[in-house]
Amino acid sequence: MSDVVERTLSALPGLLGQHDPGAGPGGGPGRVSATSRLGGLIRSITALSSKHEEEKLIQQEQTNLKATVSAPTTTLRLMKECMVRLIYCEMLGYESSFGYIHAIKLAQQGNLLEKRVGYLAVSLFLHENHELLLLLVNTVVKDLQSTNLVEVCMALTVVSQIFPREMIPAVLPLIEDKLQHSKEIIRRKAVQALYKFYLIAPNQVQHIHDKFRKALCDRDVGVMAASLHIYLQMIKKNASGYKDLTESFVTILKQVVGGKLPIDFNYHSVPAPWLQIQLLRILGLLGKDDPRTSELMYDVLDESLRRAEINHNITYAILFECVQTIYTICPKSDLLEKAAKCIGKFVLSPKINLKYLGLKALTYVIQQDPNLALQHQMTIIECLDHPDPIIKRETLELLYRITNGQNVTVIIQKMLDYLRQSKEEYTIINLTGKIAELAEKYAPDNEWFIQTMNAVFSVGGDVMHPDIPNNFLRLLAEGFDDEKEDEQLRLYAVQSYLSLLEEEDTFYPQKFLQVMSWVLGEYSYLVNDGDPEVIITKLYRLLKQTFVTSETKAWIMSAITKISSRMPCSKTVDKLMQEFSTSLDTCMRQYAFELKHLCENKELMKNLLPLDASCDEIMVDASLSFLDGFVAEGLSCGAAPYKPHHQRQEEKLSQEKALNFEPYGLSFTSSMSSSGFTGRQSPAGLSLGSDVSGNSAEIGQKETNCLKLDSVRKLWGKEGYLPKKETKTGKEDKTQPVPQDSILMGHVVDLPLTQSEQQVVSLSEEDKEKQQLASTLFVGLGSNNTISLMGKADTTPQKFKKKSKISETQNSKETSSFQNIATLPFSPLPDTAPNNKENFQGNEHLGLRKVSLSSSEVLEASVSFDTSQSLTEAVLDEKLSNCRLSASSLFADSNIEVFQPSQSVPDIVANKAPLSLCLPGELADHPHSEIVELCSSDILTMYSCKVWTDDRLLLILFIANKSISPLKTVTLVFESAEHFKIFESLSCHFPVIEAQSMESCQKCVQLEKICTEGILSGSISYHLDTDTHLEFSLTFSLSDFIRPMKITTEDFGKLWLSFSNDVKQNLKMSPSQGSLSVVLNALKEKLKLHIVEIIGNEGIVACQLLPSVPCLLHCRTHARTLALWFRSSCSALPDSLLYQCQKVMEES
Amino acid sequence: MIKFFLMVNKQGQTRLSRYYEHVEIHKRTMLEAEVIKNCLSRSKEQCSFIEYKDFKLVYRQYAALFIVVGINETENEMAVYELIHNFVEVLDRYFSRVEKWCVMRNDHEVNVNSPYLTKTDTHLSFFFQSELDIMFNLDRVHIILDEMVLNGCIVETNKNRILAPLFVLDKMAES
Repeated sequence: MSDVVERTLSALPGLLGQHDPGAGPGGGPGRVSATSRLGGLIRSITALSSKHEEEKLIQQEQTNLKATVSAPTTTLRLMKECMVRLIYCEMLGYESSFGYIHAIKLAQQGNLLEKRVGYLAVSLFLHENHELLLLLVNTVVKDLQSTNLVEVCMALTVVSQIFPREMIPAVLPLIEDKLQHSKEIIRRKAVQALYKFYLIAPNQVQHIHDKFRKALCDRDVGVMAASLHIYLQMIKKNASGYKDLTESFVTILKQVVGGKLPIDFNYHSVPAPWLQIQLLRILGLLGKDDPRTSELMYDVLDESLRRAEINHNITYAILFECVQTIYTICPKSDLLEKAAKCIGKFVLSPKINLKYLGLKALTYVIQQDPNLALQHQMTIIECLDHPDPIIKRETLELLYRITNGQNVTVIIQKMLDYLRQSKEEYTIINLTGKIAELAEKYAPDNEWFIQTMNAVFSVGGDVMHPDIPNNFLRLLAEGFDDEKEDEQLRLYAVQSYLSLLEEEDTFYPQKFLQVMSWVLGEYSYLVNDGDPEVIITKLYRLLKQTFVTSETKAWIMSAITKISSRMPCSKTVDKLMQEFSTSLDTCMRQYAFELKHLCENKELMKNLLPLDASCDEIMVDASLSFLDGFVAEGLSCGAAPYKPHHQRQEEKLSQEKALNFEPYGLSFTSSMSSSGFTGRQSPAGLSLGSDVSGNSAEIGQKETNCLKLDSVRKLWGKEGYLPKKETKTGKEDKTQPVPQDSILMGHVVDLPLTQSEQQVVSLSEEDKEKQQLASTLFVGLGSNNTISLMGKADTTPQKFKKKSKISETQNSKETSSFQNIATLPFSPLPDTAPNNKENFQGNEHLGLRKVSLSSSEVLEASVSFDTSQSLTEAVLDEKLSNCRLSASSLFADSNIEVFQPSQSVPDIVANKAPLSLCLPGELADHPHSEIVELCSSDILTMYSCKVWTDDRLLLILFIANKSISPLKTVTLVFESAEHFKIFESLSCHFPVIEAQSMESCQKCVQLEKICTEGILSGSISYHLDTDTHLEFSLTFSLSDFIRPMKITTEDFGKLWLSFSNDVKQNLKMSPSQGSLSVVLNALKEKLKLHIVEIIGNEGIVACQLLPSVPCLLHCRTHARTLALWFRSSCSALPDSLLYQCQKVMEES
Repeated sequence: MIKFFLMVNKQGQTRLSRYYEHVEIHKRTMLEAEVIKNCLSRSKEQCSFIEYKDFKLVYRQYAALFIVVGINETENEMAVYELIHNFVEVLDRYFSRVEKWCVMRNDHEVNVNSPYLTKTDTHLSFFFQSELDIMFNLDRVHIILDEMVLNGCIVETNKNRILAPLFVLDKMAES
């Protein structure tokens, strides 16, 4: 094969050269026309050898093209040719924007193929928000109305590729009409265009949902298939709204699988495989966590598995999707068994692509059924040493999901091995994150933990996530319950770093050096026999290295300062001070001077740098009142008053725009005052970078949150090759009706191996090694540990528990402020620094130091807080989703228990008189919805009520205990939703609800992301003999969050002009909607709008979206139509509000 | 979801590119260079899926031409792998008509009797001239692809239906 390929290659230029430029006509359909200019262009480019030559040639080509396309004599046919050449130029990476407008023109004027190429060029050249796109709209509208079907097709194709969002109303009715067209291709393309609209502006197609249903039931397969894309998206967003379609999807899939489609839909004699895959995905989404819906699809899934028996890649693609669906929906044992068998087929296949797919499937299902990993352990081991790095990588991903306290060392070893070979940045970031997470979670002992983190730091280098070193340092600093344990960990860290620094001329990444120097600075006193002088010498040597950045040097200097506070005097320190007080690096010079001053006053130094106090609280006078006198003095001497950061930035921006009329000499002062320390420039500026203790002692914020960590340790030990027996006994404590079969199967499969282990003699050395590896890798897998395996919701004791939110915020703030200090531009008058400094006495010195630190913190606080906030939120989200995952998988395992009313609850009273429901007094006065039932079991019923107060939406939930015994531990949890935010927390907890009584709780809901309607779901669980779990969901509409905005006409006018986002729409009025005021009153009633004024046939209305996003509406009636014109500061709001208005108009 | 569809030859020259998410033009060339580097570094024994940054590449090689599709994690790799082949089969069907036409005219540059072409290996016979076909008919290949993939979704896989609009266009242009 490769031989042939080579010859092909060598023949290629020859073939190209053979073209006779003059031969044959260039026209004909689809002809390879070497005579064309495109041919010439391609030929000459293929012949080129350097990029430079290519550039020159393309430039030449572009000049030619520019002349041709703008010449008035250019025929459309030539223009089409030019377009293809332009496409070619852009494909090679040379922007040809001069041709964009001509592409649009060609689409407008061309005939058929020319037109098509024009459209094609537009879709390739322009992006969604390109301004030229608006010029295409007219052409599209014209073509959509054309009698020529080919033109209609083209227009529909381009609409479904690229179309300006705001112009959708212009074509929407035309496209809706096409849904009834007699030709299938037109209907199909119309559905595709609607899909595009759904993607870019879902609100605008909300009213045609029933037409999607019609498309789904279309007699033509293609049209139906096109509608599936829309359904997949909609079901992804809100599965519960489409459960009624499950049967339709099942029927369709049955027909496809059964070969009922026309033969030309087959691909290698498999009926419409991609369609099958799409349907399987939809079924997976619908059946997730819903046993009743899942029930409907078991048959067809079984059939799909059975039918896909031909040995072809595409059947494997279907099987893979099938397996995923089976493991996503509520489990059924015999299906799971078949799916597991199927995975086995993949994993054991000699074909590498199938193996990859098998590993991917295994990684997916392992969260629900860890025993599958045991079945395939030998294959997994083989894949771990596979020559293909992609396979290895996928295997590691799998191992990551089955890591527990017992196999963590082996798995992390494997990950580190891989990491050392990998050079790809993305892989490094990803894997170091995983290793750090696992190490923190499951570390068997201190030594191992420190060693592992050392490896992470040296391999991860400076690309890894900054959280990793931050978390690590905080873990060391905060420690956990056992003081002794903490000390050991720190001691070990110090020792290991000292030995690492022992080797000269070894290169360590900056982040690692920073970690080392911080730890040495803080904890080197723990080494009893260590001479601080030795440590300082080592650090000093680092300072002299050229590869050490100035940021790292700041860390090292602060470490040296800390250490030297604990020793009387040191030659190295003296030498260092001397050397760096003349350094060219101003920061280093500053540090040296500070160190010098501190060394002169050891008492102060000790006070300033106490031992092991990195987590101590430090009270700070945040208002800096002790500086008032100083500030007053400064002001009286003519200093500029302090301006906050944002103000300065604003001024700077406005200055940039305006011309500077001041002479440059004068603007020096203003630039000084904007350098970050306005007002009290000189001292603060001077002690800049003096943050000796800054990165260890937390200043500026009171720390109240201490980590409580489980100190229960789980020591790692080998537990033999297969913990299968343990697995079986472990079953008893947990009813797991489903996976049992697969476990038994696994048992059978592995039986020979167990036997062979007993007869060690017959084993080859290699096999023995592998088995050993297996025994260490898969130890602890089994149902004892199932919970910890599922989605990593850990019940096993952790050595190092994850940090609390507050401390994390602080930590990152701390680092960033510290970095900020290290990198800030220095005070403009460095030479005066020592002199000024000496004027201050000890105490003052300390005060100023803190000032400088906290002022810089204040400066950057907003920035760093923002980032850390979003960061922690991300972490939180992740945790939440993890929890959810584990919850659902747990739920899946025990669903039978849940959905059968437990028989051990005999004391249920069948039908009790309903407990009285009423809102608390102050709330009842506000407008509120009816109290509706949310969910109910024999024992408990939950009701909800929305209260629309002026400034928020309150959700009142009533939980009634209908039984005659008290309910314990009732917990209500909301799932975090994309669109909504719930205050104060997502959950609500009642320790006990007495018999026949009711509890209520109140939540405030806020709209996070604008949508016309959204669903908030959650669950309630309670304990009565057994744990029971009920799910519920609530629908909120945009109008729940709309409140009237009471403003005057004058204010309205001002606001109107200040908003840029507007939407206009004409609505038909029904005869019953007589006048404008009738309509507006209806809107006011339903949507809680405020009518500002009505004059004749015009009216203005204002409302706000909570908490305070205003939206203004101008209405005018004209001959039975109502023209609505919305404006708002938020771009999505007018659209959604328009939709609400439309709905109200239709209803009334 | 499909992020992009590329045809690149062994020398790293892009023969066709279609992005389903907006990518800056200068970033495209960089991405394409890296993608082909990744593909070329892999042997036949290695699997056809590559994890690349935060997405995956699915590739298939036909003679000197690589077809590479960038997908995100929701897509089924094998289904995309076969989609590539389906696309190639469609091209084959379309251009084989062309070939007949050219042979008839007797002015075609490919020697149909070339010893490297065996009739059993249709893909090879196709791809022996395919790069030329694709290069000289860039617009048509794009039109075919647009029928199959839209907005990163696989919208049509039925060969007759994929080719129907293009055949109509060709026919009309001829008359």
